[in-house]
Amino acid sequence: MTWVNSIIQGILLGGLYALFACGLSLLFGVMKVINLAHGDLAILAGYLAVGVIAVTHIPTVWSFIIVVPLFAVLGYLGQRTLIQASLSRGVLTTLLVTFGLSVVIENALQQFFSANSHTLGIGSLISDSLHIGSQITIAYLDLVIFLVAVVVLLGLQYFLSSSRQGRLIRAVADDREAAQLAGADYRHIFGIAAAIAFATVALAGIAYGMYTSFNPASGTTALLLLFAFEAVVIGGLGSLWGTLVGGILLGVVQQLGAQVSSDDQVLAGQLLFLLILLIRPQGITTSRRTA
Amino acid sequence: MTTGGGPLLEVRGLTVHHGQLRALDEVSLTVGAGEVYAMIGANGAGKTTLLRAISGLKASTSGAILFDGTDVRALRTERRVAAGIVMVPEGRRLFPSLTVEENLQVGAAYARPGAWNIDRVYELFSWMPERRKQLAAQLSGGEQQAVAIGRALVANPRLLLLDEVSLGLAPVIVRRIYDTLPDLLASGVTVLLVEQDVSQALRVASHVHCLLEGRTTLQGEPAQLTAAGIEDAYFGLNATPGAPA
Repeated sequence: MTWVNSIIQGILLGGLYALFACGLSLLFGVMKVINLAHGDLAILAGYLAVGVIAVTHIPTVWSFIIVVPLFAVLGYLGQRTLIQASLSRGVLTTLLVTFGLSVVIENALQQFFSANSHTLGIGSLISDSLHIGSQITIAYLDLVIFLVAVVVLLGLQYFLSSSRQGRLIRAVADDREAAQLAGADYRHIFGIAAAIAFATVALAGIAYGMYTSFNPASGTTALLLLFAFEAVVIGGLGSLWGTLVGGILLGVVQQLGAQVSSDDQVLAGQLLFLLILLIRPQGITTSRRTA
Repeated sequence: MTTGGGPLLEVRGLTVHHGQLRALDEVSLTVGAGEVYAMIGANGAGKTTLLRAISGLKASTSGAILFDGTDVRALRTERRVAAGIVMVPEGRRLFPSLTVEENLQVGAAYARPGAWNIDRVYELFSWMPERRKQLAAQLSGGEQQAVAIGRALVANPRLLLLDEVSLGLAPVIVRRIYDTLPDLLASGVTVLLVEQDVSQALRVASHVHCLLEGRTTLQGEPAQLTAAGIEDAYFGLNATPGAPA
């Protein structure tokens, strides 16, 4: 029964990983940008929620109503200025720029919020849980985060495959010049993709803040970026549905590793990652399915 | 947009550089409405560069590109599409992960009002409706070329730029694609095309323009040109009279 419980906890944890990885997957899939500031952006969203709650006194769970749209705007503007400018100067430049951004965010947060840990307090929701039998306990928060992740990733996949805007995003991802020849302003479409990616990062950051405490360095030290990368690669580059599968697999394997010994949690995840790279480097699902 | 009775497209002294290389040197041409204007020339003569400069994908160094009397040289590609300049790029450049229908839908996303729509493209290429759910990457070269032309048509171009539509295709497929030209012209589209196959160009064009190393070496109506003259202009065997210095 403890193994079953581990698998269930792993699936739930995988939801959080997938939510984290979703924005990374989208930015890479659409504009081939590897966003090294991804983890720090999530933490920034967590702090933004702390600020929003302090100012407006809205309940913590509803802070996303303000933070997510703000992040979407930030994503669009960031794409049209910083990322677009670096894109035109080559792949290495985007890596350097996002790395620089990561350092800037971390230090700015330290300046404004100090190096102390913060949490997004959600009262009793943090401890309430569902009991199945005597061995299996499912925390409501974990379940909610998992469901949010599934809805966001499948919703985005549906949006990309079925809406006009989603079709344009895929077209620009396939061939930027050909999309221009169809009359599309690819910069604007990149901006929309970045807005969506940033919105999901904000959701992930808030979810993480409810899940555990964070400090300005968490974006790098909590291995968020690493797990997100692994989820993306395991699932297959550029496929959101694959990212969901990758996140869940990573979560399950980590939890099973933790079952063996708590030291082995992260190691088990890395081994899975290496194994996938070895036997199926294109990922579990093939890239960018349309159906 | 008003049509002032002038030519649809007038290129004046257009010069384009690839880095240090002068890919086009003071090229001028005039395309009237309803024409099929063919650019011919050997590899590297600057034909594709010319089309890319007209569509806005390639920045030009100097000169003017007057479309319906307005200089579009400062406009970005998508603004030129909105004005009615639509290009079918060399190598077809379909969106490989999109289906045939999705490719056409992207072409129609920013379409000008006009006679062309996806259904009409399906009438033009009758095989297409039953393959519309297939990924573009799974089509043969000739089928991809047809979809590429369809994707441009649904934008309702006034000037259609066709870059090397015959490249890599079997002659019978090429002929089938060129057989659709009368339908395009009947719908009011003007065509500026690049073609390496001179006999094909001569067969369909109302005006032929030969480039050699970025310069005009010959131009005129097919009936006025001699095979020997074209050969000279194409390969640069003799200094051709009438070529700009």
